[in-house]
Amino acid sequence: MKNFSLGKYALPVYAVLAFTYLLIPIAYTFVFSFNDYRRSNIAWRGFTLDNWASVCEAQGVCEAFGTSVTIGVISTLIATVLGTMIAIALVRYRFKFRSAVSLLLFLPMATPELVLGAGLAAQFFNVGAEMGFGTIVIAHVMFCLSFVVVTVKARVASLDPALEEAGRDLYASPAQVFWKITFPLLLPGIMAAALLAFALSFDDFIITYFNSGPTETFPKYVYTAAAKGLPGEANVIGMSVFFLAIAIVVTVQVRSSRKAKRLAKIK
Amino acid sequence: MAFAAFSHGGGGSKKTAAPASKGSGKVALLLLLPGLLYLAVFFIAPLFSLIATSLQTMDISSGFPIYNYGFQVSNYVDVVSQYGPQIFRSFFYALLATISALVISYPLAYFIGVKARRWPLLQGLMLTLVIAPFFISFLLRTFAWKQIFSNESWIVTSLQQIGLLSPDQYLVGTPFMVIFGLTYNFIPFMTLPLYTTLERLDIRYLEAGADLYASPRKTFMKVTLPLSMPGIVSGTLLTFIPIAGDYVNASGLFLGSTETSMLGNVVESKFLKSYEYPTASALSVILMGAILLLVTLYVRKSGTDDLL
Repeated sequence: MKNFSLGKYALPVYAVLAFTYLLIPIAYTFVFSFNDYRRSNIAWRGFTLDNWASVCEAQGVCEAFGTSVTIGVISTLIATVLGTMIAIALVRYRFKFRSAVSLLLFLPMATPELVLGAGLAAQFFNVGAEMGFGTIVIAHVMFCLSFVVVTVKARVASLDPALEEAGRDLYASPAQVFWKITFPLLLPGIMAAALLAFALSFDDFIITYFNSGPTETFPKYVYTAAAKGLPGEANVIGMSVFFLAIAIVVTVQVRSSRKAKRLAKIK
Repeated sequence: MAFAAFSHGGGGSKKTAAPASKGSGKVALLLLLPGLLYLAVFFIAPLFSLIATSLQTMDISSGFPIYNYGFQVSNYVDVVSQYGPQIFRSFFYALLATISALVISYPLAYFIGVKARRWPLLQGLMLTLVIAPFFISFLLRTFAWKQIFSNESWIVTSLQQIGLLSPDQYLVGTPFMVIFGLTYNFIPFMTLPLYTTLERLDIRYLEAGADLYASPRKTFMKVTLPLSMPGIVSGTLLTFIPIAGDYVNASGLFLGSTETSMLGNVVESKFLKSYEYPTASALSVILMGAILLLVTLYVRKSGTDDLL
């Protein structure tokens, strides 16, 4: 009997503990975003909304955040376009060297970021390129590309080719078929890939640090500030991004579960 | 998500009813070429650049070091003899952190994927909680752990009071703290692939085990564990690879100290602070080679060949 109840409650209790463990640093960052800190945000000195009310007060934090967002948007756009093209080609067409192409796409994901960052930096150094905004974008597109391909590929594979055939039968031009049928159907997959790419780019530190020169991104700001004490405003930015991301994920989940219910009703 | 790359059967390349229209080869080429060229220039070429740099010779006749292209294989010998401990630590910490992440993640993934199957909404919520750490900056969450376990924190002072730590012992800067941070930061990479395989696990197999009088432990060892091998393989690869190359957790600015510095920390300081490019490159090449060897062996052994 004792064993039975242990088996029944052990896992749920464990799950609660595990989730607590996963959320502790997030809770800590949130609480300390309200700390009335002086020089460094270590000891609790009292509750304040100042950090939230004037985020840009701390020197350089908003600039770094802005740079990270700009880099994220540009890299995401390029990586999503290039990756979607590859994903369509991989699923829809037969060609030679298919396994070589798959290997080329798999390798960047299996390579430690350190190697990607140092390799690219060695390359830039050898050709004498100046490090900065441009080299960060180049690096981010490179490591986001394969993730976009993998995400969009799954969507292309689930697409019924008959729909495009129907379009062609009705004398739509290839461009019309693509923009009126293929693209709208792929859009959820492309959006998911773009969000993933943006998240990867926005949070990247390891590769960025090697290829950024004097350009300051938000993760780089945190890394440098960690030495002298992180301002509470950095916590505010981190938490805002966190809540935004959670909101997006929950919206997507609720939407897809509603859609599933509607489909179930039709059937 | 990231783990999709390693989990099997995501591509569905077999049901490609490719419409073999005229000139489709050309279209495929046009679609592939820009992206593949990009990877050739900014991924493949840099790897060769790294190898070339790692073999450069140093000339200090003019007072400050100048590097020339050469074939200085002894760079590797120097690097291994000089930074042996850091290289060892990288793989040792990565191994320990990967095992810890697996031990922590497996029951959690089992709970979400098998026990909570009847409540899809709860499953979704719990998965969101699993990936929640990814939504806050990697550096911020590592920094939070540093503060939580800082020398003045109540955790450390109470551990000192009950005698688990001596009064002059602290947590930040120790190997324990670095492995703790590495484990925490990469747990979602372990839980998600485990969840995807366990979610598809047919419960009837488990019931069959019980019907045949297998103890719960035996059913787990003979049925559940072997069936979740694909998830274990992708999960351990997805955690081990980034951990072996990490330099944030072990950095003195975060959870580590000079005594915990890993291969990545040496590469970072050689590359960005002392500009010893050949040393940094040789270390990176060693890491890359070791990871490639490991991935190949591991995948062969565990029989998940359709990983690529």
